[in-house]
Amino acid sequence: MQVYKELAEIIRREQVAEDIYRLTVKAPDIAAASKPGQFVMVRTGEGLDPLLRRPFSVHQVAEGGMVQILFKVIGKGTQALANMEVGRKLDVLGPIGRGFTIADDSQHFLVGGGIGIAPLFFLARRILKKSEAFSIRVLLGARTKDEIAALADDFKGMGLVVDTITEDGSLGKQGLVTDLMADLQQEKPVMIYGCGPYPMLRAVAKTCRENSWGCQVSLETMMACGLAACLGCAVLRADMKGYVHACKDGPVFDADDVAWL
Amino acid sequence: MTASGTFGYGEEFGSLVNLHRLGAIIAKGISLLPRQGNPPPRIAETACGMLNAIGLENVGLERFFSEKLSFLRGIDTPLIVNILGDTIEDYQQLAKRLNDEEKVAAVEVNISCPNVKQGGVAFGTDPDMAHAVTKAVCQHFSRPVIVKLSPNVTDITLVARAVEEAGADGLSLINTVLGMAIDIESCRPKLANTFGGLSGPAIKPIALRMVWQVAGSVSIPIIGIGGITTPEDAIEFLLAGATAIQVGTANFINPQATEEIIQGIGTYLEKNGIASVEDLIGKARRV
Ligand SMILES: Cc1cc2nc3c(=O)[nH]c(=O)nc-3n(C[C@H](O)[C@H](O)[C@H](O)COP(=O)(O)OP(=O)(O)OC[C@H]3O[C@@H](n4cnc5c(N)ncnc54)[C@H](O)[C@@H]3O)c2cc1C
Ligand SMILES: Cc1cc2nc3c(=O)[nH]c(=O)nc-3n(C[C@H](O)[C@H](O)[C@H](O)COP(=O)(O)O)c2cc1C
Ligand code: FES
Repeated sequence: MQVYKELAEIIRREQVAEDIYRLTVKAPDIAAASKPGQFVMVRTGEGLDPLLRRPFSVHQVAEGGMVQILFKVIGKGTQALANMEVGRKLDVLGPIGRGFTIADDSQHFLVGGGIGIAPLFFLARRILKKSEAFSIRVLLGARTKDEIAALADDFKGMGLVVDTITEDGSLGKQGLVTDLMADLQQEKPVMIYGCGPYPMLRAVAKTCRENSWGCQVSLETMMACGLAACLGCAVLRADMKGYVHACKDGPVFDADDVAWL
Repeated sequence: MTASGTFGYGEEFGSLVNLHRLGAIIAKGISLLPRQGNPPPRIAETACGMLNAIGLENVGLERFFSEKLSFLRGIDTPLIVNILGDTIEDYQQLAKRLNDEEKVAAVEVNISCPNVKQGGVAFGTDPDMAHAVTKAVCQHFSRPVIVKLSPNVTDITLVARAVEEAGADGLSLINTVLGMAIDIESCRPKLANTFGGLSGPAIKPIALRMVWQVAGSVSIPIIGIGGITTPEDAIEFLLAGATAIQVGTANFINPQATEEIIQGIGTYLEKNGIASVEDLIGKARRV
């Protein structure tokens, strides 16, 4: 697999919501090679602390060799990235891993929650690029409105049908994203593409299995290298007899291939 | 050279690194049979370092031959295979099989693994066991045998001397330093295995001290390992008495680190008018 290392100039930094940022960097090789669901490993500074690169899904690629990442500030690495000035160069490795496989069906269902939905934008664009006749429905869940409102608007801006649900009822219905999935019964989905926190993905995978719907999920693990060398990114296989590795066999997995603990 | 477990089987870095320029590639540790490794989380970051508890996951000897070797054969760079076992017999069998494969320039014996027959005490923590493993490997492998020492001992020179006496051709040190980290939100250890091996810049002073000590007590060559990230780090190890060095965790942060270190050592020699890297070896020890 061809992985590129680029010193990518930061072209734009946007604050999307309270703790959520979008960085646009110029990385032509990575932009050209990326597929939805793949990710990049980013150095968040030049020093030795934090030491390791941080993984981020490719959020979107754009004209002129641009790559975007969308991230939430949760610790020192993401904080450093949020503070990066336009014009600085970011050390980025990518594209890494196995992304989503777009199903041969006219209807596509993107299901996600929280910041995990970052790669779904890229996926949506590639689905539409494959055929303009394809339709996409986006189901988004979150704890509360602030986590998701701006991103839901971005999807709407792409002309997609978006249903939202929040645990506190502050946006859309009150409940979990799997409650929204109950409405999909009549549509008989061929493929659900899921991104988000692990407990949500487990529930999504279960709903899909019960209904015999196809399901691909993007999983997050701790990662040191992203190059299939450290073997740190282990994910238990469905047969519980060994591990697959998120940076090589994933991060997108068929939900039936992994164990749900 | 690239340290075992931090550079896969070379192929993983093929699109980023000119593998032909490296001194040697040291493959991920292999055992007779495949091992599935520890449950996740296997990794935690610490200040200037990382903890790993991979659990020696590897494809095993047969799949190493069938899946990994053909790529490595295509590269001129010497291949050193890191081996690990539960028993002395395991090490012996590994040595025997690898001896038949010409591409394997040397073996590096990881003795930081528990001896299953001796109640799980690591081979590398006991001079007698370390001696026995080394001897067994040397009997079955006709090219250089390098023994990789664990830092998790009271006096590393005792193990180093025992291994030298058993016939080792060289030593590499250090392996990771046993450590742990706790998540204060969940109030649980960050690694599923509780303990893990610390590596990266955080361990460099410990590694350098151990290389210095061992260089003073054995006469076989030493390969220095531990936190080497820059050419300056590598030069310190040479000055302490190492003949060569391995780059580990730094490969994760900068896949081109090993290549850049080789280049940087060259620049340093030139700048200081030093004819050969050999002139650096142990220079800090001479008064
Ligand atoms: C394949 C992949 C794709 C990702 N894509 C995105 C993305 O598009 N947008 C985004 O915001 N985030 C994404 N993440 C998560 C992101 O990598 C982490 O949020 C980031 O590494 C945190 O770095 P930090 O230094 O800010 O936090 P740290 O200070 O390192 O950590 C803060 C806390 O979060 C925990 N943590 C850190 N990294 C992870 C992880 N990978 N999994 C679970 N817990 C973790 C730590 O143990 C610690 O408790 C992705 C992760 C993976 C593996
Ligand atoms: C993820 C990981 C896996 C490792 N696997 C092995 C291994 O299989 N065999 C071995 O002898 N050492 C292994 N090591 C130890 C390294 O080869 C090296 O001795 C240690 O990390 C110290 O060097 P560093 O600080 O440069 O990383 C591993 C280290 C890491 C970080
Ligand atoms: S992150 Fe290192 S092997 Fe996957």
